[in-house]
Amino acid sequence: MSAPDSSTQSVSIRIAGLRKSYDGVPVLKGITFEVQRGETFVIMGPSGSGKSVLLKHIIGLETPDSGEIFIEEHSVRDEAAMAHYRMALVFQSGALLNSLNVLENVGLYLTEHRLKPPEEITRIAIEKLEFLGLKNVKDRFPGELSGGMKKRVAIARALVIEPQLILYDEPTSELDPMSAVVIGEEILNLQKRVHVTSIVVTHDRDLAFGIADRIAMMYEGEIIAIGTVAEIKNHPHPIIHRFLNADFKLNSHRETP
Amino acid sequence: MFQNVGEMLVLLWRTIRALPHIVRQRQKVYDQLFEIGNASLLMACVLALFIGGVIALQTGPVLAERGLSSAIGGLVGLSICKELAPVMMAVLISGRIGSAMAAEIGSMRVYQEIDALRTMNINPIHYLVLPRIVAITVSLPILVLFAILVGWFGGGLVAVFNEKIAITFQSFFMNLRLVVELGDVLNGLLKSAVFAVVIGTVCCHQGLVTIGGPRGIGRSVTKAVVNSIVLILILDYFLTRFLLSLEK
Repeated sequence: MSAPDSSTQSVSIRIAGLRKSYDGVPVLKGITFEVQRGETFVIMGPSGSGKSVLLKHIIGLETPDSGEIFIEEHSVRDEAAMAHYRMALVFQSGALLNSLNVLENVGLYLTEHRLKPPEEITRIAIEKLEFLGLKNVKDRFPGELSGGMKKRVAIARALVIEPQLILYDEPTSELDPMSAVVIGEEILNLQKRVHVTSIVVTHDRDLAFGIADRIAMMYEGEIIAIGTVAEIKNHPHPIIHRFLNADFKLNSHRETP
Repeated sequence: MFQNVGEMLVLLWRTIRALPHIVRQRQKVYDQLFEIGNASLLMACVLALFIGGVIALQTGPVLAERGLSSAIGGLVGLSICKELAPVMMAVLISGRIGSAMAAEIGSMRVYQEIDALRTMNINPIHYLVLPRIVAITVSLPILVLFAILVGWFGGGLVAVFNEKIAITFQSFFMNLRLVVELGDVLNGLLKSAVFAVVIGTVCCHQGLVTIGGPRGIGRSVTKAVVNSIVLILILDYFLTRFLLSLEK
């Protein structure tokens, strides 16, 4: 097998028969799909369908009971090969270190691995923050930021790694519609400017339809459909139809005073 | 319980193996040293002053009745440096610093900050555990040294000003110098270094295995402090036996 190529800007992913149970309860039931280099692949589904668990397996935070995940044909279990790939996960909560300010959070990867001198790290961190439209926040602490700002700082922190694969866990959850649009645009901009492979987990239909090259629909630990936005929108599967058309309606039986 | 002990030993072993990385983490060690010293020195000294005083108060009159008031210096000196200062400071530090360690690491675990470190290939043991265990192992013996000196002074004060004892400072410290040897002080410092490793390991481990929300963090802090104190008191007996066997 060829040696990992860390110079490419994006990587392909192949997941084969991934299974995981917690306390005997299956959460992933044989997940299989592929993501092409530079693709924005959205995994959509209702809460509790196993989307975030799947992301944690891809980044290596969880170990599957069975099945394999390949990045450019190298198993993620091969730690030596994985050391050559740069991957980043943008957590649902942002997961910024509360004891560090924004600048220290964004430069953390470079600081801890001593990849650049301190002045260079500061310059890169400020550049990434400005790239995401964040000015004058570098000295603030995560507790002083709004939800949308936290998410953008988390994306800036991920960008510092210059990732070949970037994973987003519910990037628009807890955000108002306008902030959600901003985050969606950031993901698209990144895709255009950096050509990174992106996997986005979300239950936000608007975000998925706005950014996805392809969408996988996940339900109760299984992928029930994969396709382009148009294919998913017109898919005949009843669960997909119900998920995409779920809307708030006043209960017709409720009696008005 | 055995699973916890096993996990703590594994954590300690991994921390020892990470020791060569300590130079990289020196800034965090300085921060922790400042945190421990700044938070605890005054409290340690106040505690030691009164412990020395109460030992003198309890034993002085009894010794004085039997015409042994001159022996009080040695008794206070030995009991403080070999037993009371290391154990009481360890208990104080587990409550003051160990709880903070467990809470901080526990909250980082609950709010996915530790997962974020792992995704950046930053080893949480190097980043979080190593600086804390090294800092507490350096600082607790220093605090104990302060506590020993202040405890002796507290004992001396009571011996001088209590009318049932009423000996001079000179007599108190002459006897202390005759009885207490450098080895006795080193004995206490060695104990405190072992207790520091126990506090650091138990509290960092409890933080790392925290699950749930704020309630989980609270549970971890309680377990960390209680387990540290129980382990310190059990270990104290065996360490004392071991060190006494070396003296023979």
